[in-house]
Amino acid sequence: MATAINGSADLDILTRNPLENEAIYIFREVAAQFEKPVLLFSGGKDSITLVRLAQKAFYPSKIPFPLMHIDTGHNFPETIAFRDKLVKELGVELIVRKVQDTIDEGKVIEETGKYASRNMLQTTTLLDAIEEFKFDACIGGARRDEEKARAKERIFSVRDDFGQWDEKNQRPELFDMLNGQIELGQNVRVFPISNWTELDVWSYIQKENIEIPSIYFAHDRNIFLRDGMIWSAEDDVVFRAEDEEVRVESVRFRTVGDMSCTAAVLSRADTIDKVVAEIRDSKISERGARIDDKRSDAAMEKRKQQGYF
Amino acid sequence: MEVLKIATAGSVDDGKSTLIGRLLYDTKSLTDDKLEAIERTSRKNGYDYLDFSLATDGLVAEREQGITIDVAHIYFSTATKSYIIADTPGHVEYTRNMVTGASTSQAAIILIDARKGVIEQTNRHFFINNLLRIKDVIVAINKMDLVDFSEARYNQIKSDFEELMGKRDYRDQNITFIPVSALKGDNVVNRSEKMPWYKGQTLLEHLEAVDRKDIYNIGTPRFPVQYVIRPKTDEFHDFRGFAGKVYGGELSVGDEVVVLPSMTRSRIKDIYFYDKKYRTATRRTSVTITLEDEINVSRGDMLVKAGDLPTIDKQFTATISWMDGQKLTVGSKYVLQHGVNKVLAKVDTIHHKIYPDYSGIEEGVASLGMNDIAQVTFRLNKPIFYDSFKNHRTNGSFILIDSNSNHTAGVGFIN
Repeated sequence: MATAINGSADLDILTRNPLENEAIYIFREVAAQFEKPVLLFSGGKDSITLVRLAQKAFYPSKIPFPLMHIDTGHNFPETIAFRDKLVKELGVELIVRKVQDTIDEGKVIEETGKYASRNMLQTTTLLDAIEEFKFDACIGGARRDEEKARAKERIFSVRDDFGQWDEKNQRPELFDMLNGQIELGQNVRVFPISNWTELDVWSYIQKENIEIPSIYFAHDRNIFLRDGMIWSAEDDVVFRAEDEEVRVESVRFRTVGDMSCTAAVLSRADTIDKVVAEIRDSKISERGARIDDKRSDAAMEKRKQQGYF
Repeated sequence: MEVLKIATAGSVDDGKSTLIGRLLYDTKSLTDDKLEAIERTSRKNGYDYLDFSLATDGLVAEREQGITIDVAHIYFSTATKSYIIADTPGHVEYTRNMVTGASTSQAAIILIDARKGVIEQTNRHFFINNLLRIKDVIVAINKMDLVDFSEARYNQIKSDFEELMGKRDYRDQNITFIPVSALKGDNVVNRSEKMPWYKGQTLLEHLEAVDRKDIYNIGTPRFPVQYVIRPKTDEFHDFRGFAGKVYGGELSVGDEVVVLPSMTRSRIKDIYFYDKKYRTATRRTSVTITLEDEINVSRGDMLVKAGDLPTIDKQFTATISWMDGQKLTVGSKYVLQHGVNKVLAKVDTIHHKIYPDYSGIEEGVASLGMNDIAQVTFRLNKPIFYDSFKNHRTNGSFILIDSNSNHTAGVGFIN
C-alpha cells in the first residue's frame, strides 16, 4: 500500500489503476527510445487524456515533445478554442498542418456528395507532416476496443516509408518490453491507451477532473436525421438535402472527429457524472456514431493499411 | 478497478472465438450495433444461430478463411473486474503468438473439443502456459452439447489431462476443469441445466473469484531506470528523478539502495507519482525516485535494495522461444533487450531443442527455426543484472532483436 505523506488514506496506485501505470511506462519508453516523437492531438477526449498521462510521466519536467494537430478544417469550433488554451497552459509547442493546404496543393481531391468527408484525406496531410518534421514516433489515442482491426494493433506499431501498416508482419510484444528499433524512414505509431475502453477513458476524466470541450456534454443543437443518425445542422460542413428537416434536440457527442463524419447522440447528460452513467448503460458502441466505419465491414482495416491513424 | 488479462488457447474449430463471443453476449458486453452486425452476417452465411466468433475475428483474411491469425485483444467488464482477453490462435505454426499472449496474462483458458479430447495441440497449449508460469489455468471442455453432456466423457478428458499435468515443470499452478457449451451458453456465464452433475463454478464465476494477489508472482523489488527527469527549472533546479516501473516488490522512502552496474549506494529520498509524494511504491507502479546522494544514473541502470542483489553476469543459459523466419545459429549476434536495458549477445551454445508437446528433447541441433523452443547459452558484451525467470517474471525474461531487420526475433526465460 502506498500511503501519501500528507496522511490521506490508501493511495494504492497499483490496484487503483493499472492502465494508468502502463500508459505512463509507455510514454517514458517513447521519450527514451526515439529521437523525435510527437503527440497527435485532435482535441478529442482520448488525446486530452494522453496529454494528462504525458504530464504525469514527466513531472516536474514539461512534456518533452510537441503536439501536432492535423486540421481537417471541419472542426467543432469548441475543440479549437480548447486546444489553444490547453497548449498555452502546458507550455509545449503546437504544430498544425491543414488538410485544406494538401487539397490546395492538388495532392488530394475533395470528396463530393451527400457523404463527403475529409476524414480519409487527412492521412496524406499526416504522412507529409511526418516526413517534413522527420518524426520517428507518433503517439496517438487509438484504443483496441474501438474497432475490430484496432484490436490487433501493437502498442509500438511500425509503419514503413509509405506510412503503411503490415498487419500480418507485426512484431510480437512480450511482457513489458517494447522494441522501438527502426530503420531510417520508418516510424512507429504508439498507442499508450491501447488497453483502455471507452468507459475507462470517461472514468479517468471523471476521477482526474480533466477539462474537456463542451460538445461532449448535452446541449441544445440544430440537428437533422439521416440514416438513423443525428447530424449537426449548425454549420455548412455537412451537406444537407432540402428534405432533411432541421429541429432542435438536446444532444452530445461521444466522439469528436471530423464534423462531416461525427454524429451526435440524444442525451441529457450535461455533467461528467451523468456522462459516465450514460456510457455505462449504453447500447451503442462509440464507433457506431462514426459514419466512416460503416462504409464497409473492413473499412477501418483498409484505411489503416493506407496510413490512417 | 481490477484488470485481469487472460490468454486463450485452442485448436482450429475448438470454438475459441465462439466462447469469447458467448462471454461478451452473456455479460451484455455486446452493444446493439455490434449485435446487429453479427445477426446480419450470420444470416448472410446461412446460419440459424448467432455466430459469436464474428465478434472477435477482426482481419479481412480471418473473416475470409474463418480462422484467427494474430493476437486480438477483447475487452469486457463486470461490476467487479475489467477483463482483457488475448485471443491467440492455436495452429502448430503459431507458437509465437501463444507465447506472446501468455507473456502479459495472469490467467489462461485452454479449450478442448469434447469430441476429440486431449490431442497433441492440447499438450502444446499446456506446455506454453506452464513455461510462461501462468498461475491460473482453466481447462474448458467445450462442445459438451455434441457429446450429450456426458459426465463420463468429461471425466475421461479430465483424467487424460491430469496425466499431462504429471509432466509439468511449474507445479504451483491452479488448474480448474469446466464443462461448457460455448454455442449454447452452458456454464460460460450461466449455469447449465443440462449438466446437473457438474457442481463447480461457471467460467465467469471462476474468473470473478480469481484473486490478483495470488496470480502475480511476487519476487524482490527491482527498479530498472527508464528515463532520467531533469527539469532544470528555477523551482526544480537540482531535481534529478529516476523514472521507471517497480517490479517484484515494494520500495519505500529511506530504503538503502544499490545502483547497478556502478554498485554505488544511496538511500531513496522521495517517491513521486505525478505531483504527489508517496512513502511506498507498490509493484507495477510507474513512479519517479530521487536519491539522497547526487550520483550518476542513466537509462538501463537498475536500483535494487542493498543486500538483495540480482546475479550480475555476462553469460547465462535460458529457455528461448524463437519467433523469426531467420534461423538462430551458434555464433549469431543479437541485440538483447532485458527490460529497458540493451546489450549485444552472441549465441554460445544450443544445448537442445525442447518439443513443446512433452515428447522429449533433441540434442545436437545447429540452428533454431520459427516456433522452436530450446536451451541456449549466451555471451554478452556487458553484464546484465538478472534473476531467474522462476523467481522473477520480469527480471528473468528478455527479448532478442535482429539488428538487420529490427524484428523481435525471440524471447528468453533465464534459468
